[in-house]
Amino acid sequence: MSDVVIAGVGQIPVGEHWDVSLRSQATRAVLAAIKDAGGLKPQAMYIGNLLAPTVSHQSNLGALLPDWSNLTGIEGITVEAAGASGGGAFRLGYLAVASGFVDVAIVVGVEKITDVVGPELERAIAESTDYDYELAQGLSLTGQAGLVMQLYLHEYKAPREAFAAFPILAHENAVGNPFAMYRKPINQKAYDSAPMLSEPVNLMDMAPYADGAAAVVLTRRELVPESIRHPLVKVSGSSVSSDTLALHDRTDPLAFDAARLSVEGACRQAGILPQDVDFFELTDSFSIYAVLSLEAAGFAPRGEGWKLGQDGTLRRDGKLPILTMGGFKARGNPLGAAGIYQVVEAALQLRGEAGSNQIPNARRALVQNLGGPASTAVAHVLERVNG
Amino acid sequence: MENPRHWRIRKQRYALVGEVCPHCEAKIFPPRDVCPNCGGEAKTQFNFSGKGTVFSFTVMNDAPAGYEKNLPYAVALVKLEEGPIVTAQLTDLGDQPVQIGMPVEMVTRRIRDDGDEKGIIVYGYKFRPAMSSAQ
Amino acid sequence: MSGRVLKSNRPVGIIGYGAYIPRYRLPASEVSRVWEGGKGSGPVKEKAVAGLDEDVITMSIEAARNALARAQMDASLLRAVWVGSESHPYAVKPTGTVVAEAIGAGPSIEAADWEFACKAGTEALVAAISLVGSGMGDYAMAIGMDTAQGKPGDQLEYTAASGGAAYIVGPAENALAVFNGSYSYVTDTPDFWRRANQKYPEHGQRFTGEPAYFKHIVEAGKALMEELGTRAEDYRFAVFHQPNTKFPQRAGQLLGFSDEQIKTGLLAPVIGNTYAGAALVGLSAVLDVAQPGDRILVVSFGSGAGSDAFDWVVTDKIEARRNLAPRTADYIARRTEIDYATYARFRGKIDMG
Repeated sequence: MSDVVIAGVGQIPVGEHWDVSLRSQATRAVLAAIKDAGGLKPQAMYIGNLLAPTVSHQSNLGALLPDWSNLTGIEGITVEAAGASGGGAFRLGYLAVASGFVDVAIVVGVEKITDVVGPELERAIAESTDYDYELAQGLSLTGQAGLVMQLYLHEYKAPREAFAAFPILAHENAVGNPFAMYRKPINQKAYDSAPMLSEPVNLMDMAPYADGAAAVVLTRRELVPESIRHPLVKVSGSSVSSDTLALHDRTDPLAFDAARLSVEGACRQAGILPQDVDFFELTDSFSIYAVLSLEAAGFAPRGEGWKLGQDGTLRRDGKLPILTMGGFKARGNPLGAAGIYQVVEAALQLRGEAGSNQIPNARRALVQNLGGPASTAVAHVLERVNG
Repeated sequence: MENPRHWRIRKQRYALVGEVCPHCEAKIFPPRDVCPNCGGEAKTQFNFSGKGTVFSFTVMNDAPAGYEKNLPYAVALVKLEEGPIVTAQLTDLGDQPVQIGMPVEMVTRRIRDDGDEKGIIVYGYKFRPAMSSAQ
Repeated sequence: MSGRVLKSNRPVGIIGYGAYIPRYRLPASEVSRVWEGGKGSGPVKEKAVAGLDEDVITMSIEAARNALARAQMDASLLRAVWVGSESHPYAVKPTGTVVAEAIGAGPSIEAADWEFACKAGTEALVAAISLVGSGMGDYAMAIGMDTAQGKPGDQLEYTAASGGAAYIVGPAENALAVFNGSYSYVTDTPDFWRRANQKYPEHGQRFTGEPAYFKHIVEAGKALMEELGTRAEDYRFAVFHQPNTKFPQRAGQLLGFSDEQIKTGLLAPVIGNTYAGAALVGLSAVLDVAQPGDRILVVSFGSGAGSDAFDWVVTDKIEARRNLAPRTADYIARRTEIDYATYARFRGKIDMG
């Protein structure tokens, strides 16, 4: 099987784009990625999106987005896996190109939250919990994170203030990312005084929902045009796992089994161990999920993931950098697009194009995109292609 | 208007009517087509006692549409005496702080209105501090 | 005039009963503070207030579950679930169907909502006695429950409260209290009413006393005792509809009862006037402590107007079964005081625009 490589990447700034529509956001990212890929023409578009049918009252993006990108006629399909929609779409693009049925695929993640405001948005997002048995009780994604974090604090007696390390790190790294939503550092004091959202989750524990669109062009290595100057990044491992949708159906809600399985699967395919990666783009939609992701991937024993935030391990110059371009917390969380932003950011690091945020000598990345409390987990191993 | 959807699951909503697996005896809530424990077909009705303890909890300060009227409210994972865990609002807390391990019991309350005040009222399970410990 | 008293064709009684009183209490001093500059004292000490997620349906469900627990019977044996109230959550859509479904009764049941101001609950009880007493069915449930309305600033706001009780009527051989007869006295008397689509009732001020409350209660109580050949001293307990503290005390005196006989069932001072639930929750408080052989007189009153009087004798089955559900006193003890602002929020008195 020949290598599937990322031939081009594109992204728009994450934020509140009151004056830009869903379709325009997506088109801008698509055109940027195609341009970066030397003009490779996609035969298929795989779209990661969560909210368009509810928030924008728009379904069948698989027809709309190729149409507005002037690609009418190509294969177009939307992948929905809550916050892991982007990762799921990337997986589909990878499978299509790896199989040989599709030579060039573009994967675009797009989310438009600013088509509505207020509790309707909160509700639309909460519809990715179990509608009959979680949302029906007034629970939201933030509420789920509250339940998980409360349990974690109780179970492991972790100090509440230690979780500040994750948003502080994210903000620190976002300063150097021109596409990030919040490019200002925060400190412990800001964390400690942040208003409570869903006890014990406070405003700083939660990544802000935002508009965004990011795209990557995938092809097989031998199909890459000569004109492309930038280094190539290959997909060497790809894996998706699911857990119960409802948190209450898990015997151990702190285990994040799907997160663990997806890392194991992707690393097995790549022939590596998790500790062989140079950095880890994980899902910090809530700071507790960052902690549980570290534990599930085996970087820390159960109940001790929070400690990695205390000693510099996770900083750009540490042993295991995470959230290198600001993560969900400071780059912003454009839900169904977030998984593609992660891939774009990792690809830029591996290409040596991460600017002031560059991890020296970054050769291999683990990228993990979670939907909800790891109800869906998508993991990919990306590697710089030598030569 | 979603009245068919709420109507369909009224028994489980009103009274925690679940199932017991005819193959492995596991108590199941909410009722499913397949037993999550043994994979056998599950369909025998079982009435849960409604007694349980708080397994985890959170206090919601922002609510999805339809739930704003009750803010702030507590939602818990409640471990039922018979085994399963359910997500449910806690009610009638008074001045009592919620704690993991606290005994609670099921009551049937208004969960929300379907749509505005013209829609049906959705009733369903919530949990409150067990009466014996509330005194 | 003979044949006035209603008697069953077969002996019947109360098989199970259950009270419900919500957790929140609004002290009269709060109403006084807001509306009378703190100078009024109010006709009760405080009143019970339903929480944000409670209504007559939810409260009826809990009372009904308590009644079933004491009856130790399967809800599917019930042939009727009848709920009397002035505050049914729907104008059209029965309270009884939701309650029945929640407790596991039906579908082989009668279910309907009763309305007769504050005696809707005892009217449902008379119907349940009739159904079982005639032999048409073996078990029937009657509930009196309210989240009573009182206009902000009106005297009624001191008392209009939430609560009530559920009763299961069945064959006398399994009864906790046996039914000896009932008598109803009904006239067209406009002392209190609420027109369709109005949020709060109107009342005839002093007209609600002599020609309405006292006239009907005394006539009903007197007639029942005459027909049954009983006198006040034959009863260990008497329970009257209780819109406040004083009315039932005075009604008792007029019928020859002592304070001792009525105090157990007089809950108005601590929970207020639960309208259709008032007489029935008074009876539940009595059954919680009554001894086998005790005789109980219950007289309800509903504006409009009418009274239902009942005569019960407690059996030895009460001892083993009354502890199978929370007692009325347990609900009264479960108390969280609220201020007027919280009350206004809980009872939907804040205009949300």
